[in-house]
Amino acid sequence: MENPKDLKYTKDHEWIRVEGTRAVIGVTDVAQSLMGDVVFVELPEVGAEYTSGEAVANIESVKAVSEVFAPVGGKVLEVNTALEETPELINKDAFGEGWILVLEISDTGELDNLLSVEEYGKLLVEGE
Amino acid sequence: MTSLKRTPLYETHVKAGAKIVEFGGWEMPIQYTGIIEEHNNCRNYAGIFDVSHMGEIDVKGPDALKFVNKLVTNDVEKMALKQCLYSPMCYEDGGVVDDLLVYKMADDHYYIVVNASNTDKDYDWFLQNAKGMDVKVDNISDQVVQIALQGPKAEGILQKITDCDLSKIKYYWFDYGKVNGIESIISRTGYTGEDGFEIYVKPEFGPGIWDKIMETGKDEGVTPIGLGARDTLRLEARLPLYGHEMSDSISPLEAGLGIFVKLNKEDFNGKTALVKQKEEGLKRKLAGFEMVERGIPRAEYPITKDGKEIGWVTSGSFAPSLNKNIGLALIKAEYVSIGSEIEVNIRNKGIKAKIVETPFYKRG
Repeated sequence: MENPKDLKYTKDHEWIRVEGTRAVIGVTDVAQSLMGDVVFVELPEVGAEYTSGEAVANIESVKAVSEVFAPVGGKVLEVNTALEETPELINKDAFGEGWILVLEISDTGELDNLLSVEEYGKLLVEGE
Repeated sequence: MTSLKRTPLYETHVKAGAKIVEFGGWEMPIQYTGIIEEHNNCRNYAGIFDVSHMGEIDVKGPDALKFVNKLVTNDVEKMALKQCLYSPMCYEDGGVVDDLLVYKMADDHYYIVVNASNTDKDYDWFLQNAKGMDVKVDNISDQVVQIALQGPKAEGILQKITDCDLSKIKYYWFDYGKVNGIESIISRTGYTGEDGFEIYVKPEFGPGIWDKIMETGKDEGVTPIGLGARDTLRLEARLPLYGHEMSDSISPLEAGLGIFVKLNKEDFNGKTALVKQKEEGLKRKLAGFEMVERGIPRAEYPITKDGKEIGWVTSGSFAPSLNKNIGLALIKAEYVSIGSEIEVNIRNKGIKAKIVETPFYKRG
């Protein structure tokens, strides 16, 4: 699956859709494919605050657990509660219905550290 | 650094789209289409597994019976020709060297199947113990491809391509026969909790037999199964995995494998220590549990009760056939009772679980 052009990315295979001061966060299709069948997602509390790089959620696949890191610092505004009953949404639609949480970005300057789709694409090629 | 080994079926797996990982010094398929789908296919139809990474050690000679019986905790003397026997193999202190399958080929000939990652260690152990005995011990692991066909449709599929009457092979027995025209050893054994077979052939015939089984079983739903689903299948059936449920520091008695330890048979490695352990009473026991609260137990997570650490998870996973999160744990004996509540420490939080009867899954 192609990585959408309108998103930002991290080297940890997360995607970020910036909507003003809101950042919608998920994992990329490459990430879900590496994890395999997702069976449980541990979501953060709404209102909790995280700094950039802190583990904000955990995705459990049959094989192993993977951490989701806050790509930027901020307060949790929303979590995708649909993942509680249907964690496989991450496998089925990583860039859409499989979104994980929304952060209120505390410092939009941190967005500069994120990768563009081209940079992320390059990282995937070099990583292989 | 030693380079990773590949089975003769490696190219077959790559062509089938398998994800390959390192396991016990081998490059093996962890999954093809997905662990849950593969798991369910094996339970409902049939699954084919490349288990060629397993080791095979051949023991021949006048002292073969005496030798093998000294090595393993189960009783080899009672075995009939063409019978298979599961057994732990212990050190003097009762810790486990490995768990294995013994095939009785003749009164003076045993064929022993051991875990991939333990093959070299086991072979050394066999040689050490062979001193002063009239036996010839050979590591023939690279002369054998082992393919497992498991699941309710396994017998029907395999019968179409073998001259051997499979209905005559009982559970934990084997026979010789041709599979796809190739001389094979066929045993009714496996590691999934399903009915099924394990087939041993010379390496060059592995890919041919694999392809033939896939082709023959296509309409009956046979699919290749990777190590990922192999682990969830065996865990649901409560089949132990070396290095997890037993190890050099976890005895077979603690692992709940007492029925495979014949303390009444004449001297064998570990007997004194195991007799003593039994007499003194076990301090730790293996227990099955399922999660009550949300969370997935993983190996080595601590188990607590009222905030006190009482053991650890030896294996844990989401169980596809049960739609539950389950695990096995080695815990202080006084806490082991069915229905009792424990907590699994997941990322520094105690998540509720309860001890349940095992096996978690039994075929209908």
